[in-house]
Amino acid sequence: MSNQSAAASAKAPLFGVIAEFGSPAEVYHAAEKVRDAGYKRWDVYSPFPIHGIESAMGIGDSKLGWIAFFGACAGVFGGFGLQFWVHKFAYPLLIGGKPMVAYPAYIPVTFEPGILFTAFATLLGMLVLNGLPRFYHALFRSENFRKVTDDGFFIGIEAKDPKFSVESARALLESIGGKNIEVLED
Amino acid sequence: MILHRDDDPSQRPVLLETSSFHEVTEIIAGPTETPLTTTWILLLMLSGSLMLLMAGLFGYLFWEGTGIWGINMPVAWGWDIVNFVWWIGIGHAGTLISAILFLFRQKWRTAINRFSEAMTIFAVMCAGVFPAFHVGRVWVVYYIFPLPNQMGAWPNARSPLFWDVFAISTYFTVSLLFWYMGLIPDLATMRDRARGTRRFVLSIFAIGWRGAARHWQNYERAYLILAAISTPLVLSVHSIVSFDFAASKVPGWHTTIFPPYFVAGAVFSGFAMVANLLIIAREVFGFKKVVLMHHLENMNKFMLLTGSLVGYAYAMELFIAWYSGNLYERFAFYNRALGEFWWSYWWMVSCNVLAPQLFWFKAIRRNLWAVFVICIFINIGMWFERFVIVITLHADFLPSSWGYYRPSWVDVFTFVGTFGLFFTFFLLFLKFLPQLAIAEVKGAMPEADPHHLPSAGHSAGGAHH
Repeated sequence: MSNQSAAASAKAPLFGVIAEFGSPAEVYHAAEKVRDAGYKRWDVYSPFPIHGIESAMGIGDSKLGWIAFFGACAGVFGGFGLQFWVHKFAYPLLIGGKPMVAYPAYIPVTFEPGILFTAFATLLGMLVLNGLPRFYHALFRSENFRKVTDDGFFIGIEAKDPKFSVESARALLESIGGKNIEVLED
Repeated sequence: MILHRDDDPSQRPVLLETSSFHEVTEIIAGPTETPLTTTWILLLMLSGSLMLLMAGLFGYLFWEGTGIWGINMPVAWGWDIVNFVWWIGIGHAGTLISAILFLFRQKWRTAINRFSEAMTIFAVMCAGVFPAFHVGRVWVVYYIFPLPNQMGAWPNARSPLFWDVFAISTYFTVSLLFWYMGLIPDLATMRDRARGTRRFVLSIFAIGWRGAARHWQNYERAYLILAAISTPLVLSVHSIVSFDFAASKVPGWHTTIFPPYFVAGAVFSGFAMVANLLIIAREVFGFKKVVLMHHLENMNKFMLLTGSLVGYAYAMELFIAWYSGNLYERFAFYNRALGEFWWSYWWMVSCNVLAPQLFWFKAIRRNLWAVFVICIFINIGMWFERFVIVITLHADFLPSSWGYYRPSWVDVFTFVGTFGLFFTFFLLFLKFLPQLAIAEVKGAMPEADPHHLPSAGHSAGGAHH
């Protein structure tokens, strides 16, 4: 099976090599070794987030907080600005003798758009950072990889990594306890 | 030193009997793949009929106008606003469980969070229809939003009704986004178990999720941010709903205690509703392994706390009415307790203040029949609380303008119909989506910790974190 894929790989572009691991602990320690071997374009795949895997993989912090922050700013300034503009310029309507710019009364509709825009920025930002939605992916070629959303733990080293070669990646994954190793076309 | 609580059985979220991730998948995703049962179809037909009843009555209102409801002067807000506030309050427990308990790292919440988030969304839908139709001309209901229009007119941003529009629509939208984001990994689980058309459909909703660690990292951060913003959101929503009353000058409404009192009452009724639904679902769907007795007991303790807070608020309202020395304020409360609507006040007090005090007793907290009945009474009591507040309008300042209020048959059956709307969506959710958060349940198991040792319990897990 894997020989055939390797042979086919001579023609078709490669996605990379994936290997399966037995437990969160195994994949965690295997990830530390892949990190130490100097790979950059690789990932761990698991049915749930594994606590502390970022440090085992040597990847930095998520940038999502910044996106959410800009969403919050847009909502807060947009909400307040809308009310200010409506009552000061667009439609100055005297109701009950209240001042036009009654800023304490603007707080709820400053707060709520702040929350709303943060939520949209967070969800959409998460999708953009993750490159989702993506309905086609090389990993979906693998029948065994379907376990990843059930009880399978995988490491995949991508062909785009500058250090990548099928032989060395396969050898590394084997040496750190990977099973069911597959070479996947892109 | 922080004790790891994973070994404490009361902190184990679910599935005490299993340490297998696959079994978790089977138990939760399995029921979505079985054929429809006759019971389910009958229940759906029943709730669907009630939903159609609601739709028909709103159609009647669309044609005739709001005169077919019992509302008139002086009680211009009737059952529709009572029902609106009641349904919104029901939803609050869902957000509390999904967001606030998440921030406090209460792992037991994974047994109930998906369930209660679904409840939130459907309850807010039931709530939203009332003010939408109460405006009378529902075909121009978009006027409530600040949209540019040919008249150059804008809503009044200094009005609590405008704040309410933003609070409720933000609440619904954020709850829906939060819920959908939580569903993505579980939809991927269902996708990977499916073939054919089912796989195709699930693939679309699972948006290509493949469990990559770099994805999980952003996903977990997104979850944290959404939980962190949902917490002040849920507190703000019922506060703003209470401003609809508190920012007016009506005696009995114009009080500063309203925001916290409304929030406590909302969480109170929401927990009662979650408990009712869970007690049924656990019997019907065989979830006894999943939703454990101590989960229900924890919820009962929440109801005891929030019920006592509500009782304190009632007492404080009475005290302030007396202490203020304001004639109208004093009369409003005297009239609530001893006036024409005295029965609604005492329904409220007995259901909301007295009934939850039974939860001091462990034997009652663990007796599901008792819990079920008390929770029903709590929801009746919370409905009466809103009724008591709204109906204060019947006798405000001048005795010449006092009046009585009676709901019309349309009011009653519209309210009954919203249960059809709620249960139709709830039944569809129970059948077609995972009722528990699969990935979260797995992540909360001790076996999910990369430093977990299979036999020796929990090792010193702090080293790498």
